[in-house]
Amino acid sequence: MNPEVAATVDLDVHSIRADFPILNVQPYGQHLAYFDNAATTQKPQVVIDTLTQFYEQFNSNVHRGVHYLSQHATEAYEKSREIVRRFLNARSTAEIVFVRGTTEALNLLATTFGKLLQPGDEILISMMEHHSNLVPWQILAKEKELKLKYIPITETGELDLDAFERLLSDRTRVVSIVHASNSLGTVNPIEKIIELAHQNDIPVIIDGAQAVAHIAVDVQSLDADFYVFSGHKIYGPTGIGVLYGKELWLDRLPPYQAGGDMIKRVTLEETTYNVLPYKFEAGTPNIAGAVGLGVALEYVQNIGLSKIARYETQLLEYATRAVEEIPGLRIIGTANQKIGVLSFVMDYTHPHDIGTILDQAGVAIRAGHHCTQPVMDFFGVEGTARASFAVYNTPEEIDQMVKALWQVYQLFGQ
Amino acid sequence: MEPIRDLYQQVLLEHYKHPHNYGHLEHPTHQADGDNPLCGDHIHLELQVENDTIVDVKFSGMGCAISKASASIMTQAIKGKPVEEAKQLADLFYQIVKGETDVPEAPSSDLEELFIFSGVRDFPTRVKCATLAWHTLEDALKQS
Repeated sequence: MNPEVAATVDLDVHSIRADFPILNVQPYGQHLAYFDNAATTQKPQVVIDTLTQFYEQFNSNVHRGVHYLSQHATEAYEKSREIVRRFLNARSTAEIVFVRGTTEALNLLATTFGKLLQPGDEILISMMEHHSNLVPWQILAKEKELKLKYIPITETGELDLDAFERLLSDRTRVVSIVHASNSLGTVNPIEKIIELAHQNDIPVIIDGAQAVAHIAVDVQSLDADFYVFSGHKIYGPTGIGVLYGKELWLDRLPPYQAGGDMIKRVTLEETTYNVLPYKFEAGTPNIAGAVGLGVALEYVQNIGLSKIARYETQLLEYATRAVEEIPGLRIIGTANQKIGVLSFVMDYTHPHDIGTILDQAGVAIRAGHHCTQPVMDFFGVEGTARASFAVYNTPEEIDQMVKALWQVYQLFGQ
Repeated sequence: MEPIRDLYQQVLLEHYKHPHNYGHLEHPTHQADGDNPLCGDHIHLELQVENDTIVDVKFSGMGCAISKASASIMTQAIKGKPVEEAKQLADLFYQIVKGETDVPEAPSSDLEELFIFSGVRDFPTRVKCATLAWHTLEDALKQS
């Protein structure tokens, strides 16, 4: 390991790497440097085994059967909800709704909040939102004649908090903000945002998709009204995610989907909804996914989120210093507080050509607009190349990437 | 040759850095836009067709090296050609990038540059970049 990074690392990366079987894949016969973690993280063996074990030993529907398997499946599913509660430090499991992922959670919130809003009401989001925290509100705003306002960003890719205060009005009904930007890496000051919004009695939704794997979240001390995230970006399975909502708010919101499990009693005339969180969990959920997510969260907690964050910050700083030496390379997103996301452009190469050349060197990055086109427009680029780091990445892998980036320079820049 | 050098050949890079027929026509008879949402490539193609012959062609837009070089090389290949022949070239090009046709030992000089895209067959995710200009050409020619 690079001595510069090794000196301050207090986690055993090599034993962590051994937990992730996919890291043994050798693209084109080369070491895989997987730097597309902001898109999805890889899964440790313990999560993979949990999925298999669930289908081999527990598979059954939840909350329905009186039989042995159903009881065990329900127990495992509800145990996972308790793990999520502890992970976020929510007051009660009634506040933990399982969903498909961040996108579904945000659509759920836009749709159900929409039923409470009147024409002329305002929704406040930011310019750096992922399309999943932008398009649902845009659709809602058109449908219900609402005003959708955007907090601007600065040249470093940070939120303009002064503008935020000015944009809050007596018609603002909800603020929805990303905790950490997927395309810039910026960690937003959500404590401050929540505090300012609450001074005006406005509820705040936090999109934690990129943050949860890197920043310890305590929804009570944050006083967040909603906090949503996806399992697959924190070493868990795809197709499972979490919507945390304060009980007060989840009670106020109408159900999203209707069907089985979300009801208490149905007659031909009317339906009484089930208690929280089941009111928002219509239909058979992703049971195995939920159980797998619980195991993934425990895996992360066993390593320790603060250790992970420290290590990833070191990787980011190491990578940032190395790529800054490449002529014509510009980093997009230079906020003070960043997660391990390194987004950049090279002024003589399109991001997709960078992606192809790195891929041939065994380095997996993302190239494109990262579902944040307004951010790309703001920086005047079509897209960026993005390397995003996780706990199993090493400084050697960064060297592997930097070497390939110099090759890009040799091909295109000279 | 390693595949990456095979893909990004000198000829391709030259066309990317200094594209031919880049810009706009004064009086285009046909035009079309092409998008590749995956890459964010965008191309605008303008044709001047007279007596079923493409007498002039220009393109503009932003894109990756492969899409831009492909557009540049395409404009060279179709300029002055009858419309029908341009359409046949499009079909030939699709076969080249999919690896469905052999690369001839000595292709005729005006087609030579089309065959540099045979390297794309090893990069399935980039086939759409290479074919964008040609699909846009077909769209433009559909207008009558």
